[in-house]
Amino acid sequence: MTALISWLVLPLFAALAAIALPSRARLPAALLGVGLTVVASIWLTIEVWNTGAVTVSLGGWRPPIGIALRADGLGAALGVMTALVMVAVALAARHELAAKVAGPRIGFGFWPLMLLLWAALNAVYVARDLFNLYVGLELITLTAVALVAISGKAAAIAAALRYLLFALAGSLLYLAGVVLTYAAHGTLDISLLAARTVAPGDALALGLMTAGLLVKTALFPFHVWLPPAHSAAPAPASALLSALVPKASLLILLRIWFEAMPELATPMTQSALASLGALAVIWGGVLALLQSRLKLIVAYSTVAQLGYIFLVFPLAGGDGAAQPWAAGAWTGAIFQMLAHGLAKAAMFLAAGIYIAAIGSDRLGDMRGLARALPMTGFAFALASITLLGLPPSAGFTAKYLMMTAAFASGQWAWALVPAGGGLLAAAYLYRPLSAIFARDTALTPRPIPWAWQTVPLVLAALSVALGLLSSIPFEFLQIGRPEQAAEGL
Amino acid sequence: MTTTLPLLLLMTSLLPAAVTFFLAQDSHILRNTLQLGGAVIKLGLIVWMLFAVATGATYEAEFPLAPGLVILLRIDALALLFISLSGALWLLTTIYAIAYFGTKAELSRFFGFFSLCVAATTGLALSGSLISFFIFFELLTLSTWPLVAHKQNKPSLAAAKVYFTYALPGSAALLWAIIWLESATGPVLFTEPPDLSGLDPAALRAIFALFIIGVGVKAALVPLHGWLPAAMAAPAPVSALLHAVAVVKAGAFGVVRIVYDVFGAENMTALGVGVPLAIVASVTIVWGSFRALQQDEIKKRLAFSTVSQVSYIVLGAALASPLAMIGGLVHLVHQGLMKITLFFCAGIYDERAGIKRIEGLNGMGKQMPWTSACFSIGAMGMIGLPPLAGFISKFYLGLGAMEAGAPWVLAVLLASTLLNAAYFLPLLYRLWFLPRAEDARGDERASGLVLPAVVTAAATLGVGLLAASPISPLGWATLIVTQGYGP
Repeated sequence: MTALISWLVLPLFAALAAIALPSRARLPAALLGVGLTVVASIWLTIEVWNTGAVTVSLGGWRPPIGIALRADGLGAALGVMTALVMVAVALAARHELAAKVAGPRIGFGFWPLMLLLWAALNAVYVARDLFNLYVGLELITLTAVALVAISGKAAAIAAALRYLLFALAGSLLYLAGVVLTYAAHGTLDISLLAARTVAPGDALALGLMTAGLLVKTALFPFHVWLPPAHSAAPAPASALLSALVPKASLLILLRIWFEAMPELATPMTQSALASLGALAVIWGGVLALLQSRLKLIVAYSTVAQLGYIFLVFPLAGGDGAAQPWAAGAWTGAIFQMLAHGLAKAAMFLAAGIYIAAIGSDRLGDMRGLARALPMTGFAFALASITLLGLPPSAGFTAKYLMMTAAFASGQWAWALVPAGGGLLAAAYLYRPLSAIFARDTALTPRPIPWAWQTVPLVLAALSVALGLLSSIPFEFLQIGRPEQAAEGL
Repeated sequence: MTTTLPLLLLMTSLLPAAVTFFLAQDSHILRNTLQLGGAVIKLGLIVWMLFAVATGATYEAEFPLAPGLVILLRIDALALLFISLSGALWLLTTIYAIAYFGTKAELSRFFGFFSLCVAATTGLALSGSLISFFIFFELLTLSTWPLVAHKQNKPSLAAAKVYFTYALPGSAALLWAIIWLESATGPVLFTEPPDLSGLDPAALRAIFALFIIGVGVKAALVPLHGWLPAAMAAPAPVSALLHAVAVVKAGAFGVVRIVYDVFGAENMTALGVGVPLAIVASVTIVWGSFRALQQDEIKKRLAFSTVSQVSYIVLGAALASPLAMIGGLVHLVHQGLMKITLFFCAGIYDERAGIKRIEGLNGMGKQMPWTSACFSIGAMGMIGLPPLAGFISKFYLGLGAMEAGAPWVLAVLLASTLLNAAYFLPLLYRLWFLPRAEDARGDERASGLVLPAVVTAAATLGVGLLAASPISPLGWATLIVTQGYGP
């Protein structure tokens, strides 16, 4: 319990400290906050591993009177991934966004926003109440929009405004669904909702909440706000936005569909969600192929990579009795969330290094950068392996689990999505890689500190290591797994 | 010791790879020590294991990733055959590569991926299940790409791109086939053929086709062979490795595994997929030889010759008769020895005399006697002259074809032999009988380059002369077939 609470409040306090303290103490306070929160997330993970899902009723009041927090394998695993990305981003931001390099606004504003985002993400990972989830989601959106706009450039402000409008529309849709649910059932607790008697308005409520969350997750065709927003932010902020922010709304979607209202799922709605996911894979991939700036390629790849996760709706469960490993689609989807988080953060941080070195992320300007910055090139290549879903990366584990589930449940056509999507990813990632590894050099890069160069490399290596050591996280993710994840919607 | 040995074998190349990447360009001594040390230790372990297996030891190491996704390393007779070949030839190629590159640029990157490539091949040889095979197969693709692109000039980068364009769809086909098959049978281990009764014949034929497409890209089966001649832009040691031990051979090894350990000879006959595969192999054999005839660049000619020669292995597997299979398996080793000799020599001609095209070979026999003698032995072996290695392979394939009731294969073998002679003999004629051009100069003062070629050429002769001995590749292949797949 202490672990869970400190994991929630530590980043919050650190965020406040990074605003309130005198300017010399802000950065140390922020870094201390990062360190302490990492310790708390390790502590929480150990507790979940040892004793199973950790549940806390705030103030000792159980739902429906009070509200509950619950850290299950899924929430804690996302928490660990978030902690890893946060540490990496903090280490990169120390160099990249130092006040004397990036100006006082970014130097001052980045740290509280990052820590606030962390607190909000953690809150969403463990919240069991639809309204609490809404509050967490709003906090994430507001910090994310601020991170997009932080540079103050016109393009960034425009992208942030567009993001804000989409996000507000999404919030309203989601909130409308929450209101309908509360009106019908008098509770918003996920576990209590699971045991409710179905009311006629539930389908509408689910539809509204889902639509709102799809906008926030940037699923095709609601993705148009994402690439400009993610590419306009400074690279460490982009890493947070792309690796973590969409995972929060996606997690809420999983919680509602698999835990709160699983009985409302119909084969048609499941296929519709997965079809949008498949279209996202194709559309995101094709647009990534057409971009000439590295950050835009990486941002469009986020649209594509998030698409895979939506295959979980028709594929979870499957013919589990006949083939015991076939119930892996749910775990596979979460592996994809984790793998994508690590690899995508690595890619944006690598892009940040390139921008710091040559002041541009145009593919033509990046030619030959691997010669001066070999570790960064290697990091980008490793992260690409994960996004391609090639063994032994965690991306492969995700793809394998989803494809086996597709075949085992007799829906093999869905397996075409990861198989084809991997080839598309190879096509759009080959272009930046061949530019980076070209023999001729376009520009002479400024020197980059060695410690900074190792950051994306470690993250990318972790995304591969997660695949090599996937049996432990696989088991961890089964802790507190909802029944429907094993039996299908 | 039974679980550690397979891991140790893998580590002898993985660890040097991991360290080499971080070495500075000019720490030549440390890098070469790591590379040679790893290769020597690996060869030692293999020899030790050969004796241990002969006395009945079994080795197995399991490494679960997720349910159904298990890396299984196992040593069976077939694995030993492949790993002995790769272990021995890796050592020679390392010596050759060190001499070849000298102090050229980006050596740490090169040798890092070089070791990784060998680690992948080792893993591939030791794979005891389909999914482990796939994982190492992919690792091989990834680790050979930087080797093909090593020179970073336009042709190499283009070749590397072509390589990926062929390899990745191939992998997708292979993964699709594996998951489709395993969705009905459960995880497939090579020790026990899976029960295929849960799938209807049409589905099984489709799965078989996907498997063959998947490994066929690497084995350079026509029409999936286009990347191989393009990959000639790579440095000579890479070509030697690619053609004799690693990529192409991995594809052929995959065909053998799929035909015998996944489907089995009986099922192949029942499904009627053996003959189509034999036809594909035959077309590849003839087409590869025919295209080789048209090439004026030495390395290109050798590349098309590989396309043709590797399909002997596929042909042997496809015919599914014991003698044909012995012929195919023994060719796995024989082709490796002969082709690596030829590529070693082609690299020496290029490096020491600047010869890239066949006209340049005129009269070089006296200038570079050792190289030219080795080249001649390799070429005559390829043609299939007794008592060289290639003759043994062709002899058994011919016998096997008769045994399998497919006499038309003899015509293919005959045509191929004639074509082999047609594209190799003119080279020998040029080497030994034509006068040397005025300005042609070449020398062999590079023992690191010449010695490996001499060893493999001697082996080409040796495995043919000593074919009757039980420890020859032929003896070993016979043992594999009689033990594992005998009627």
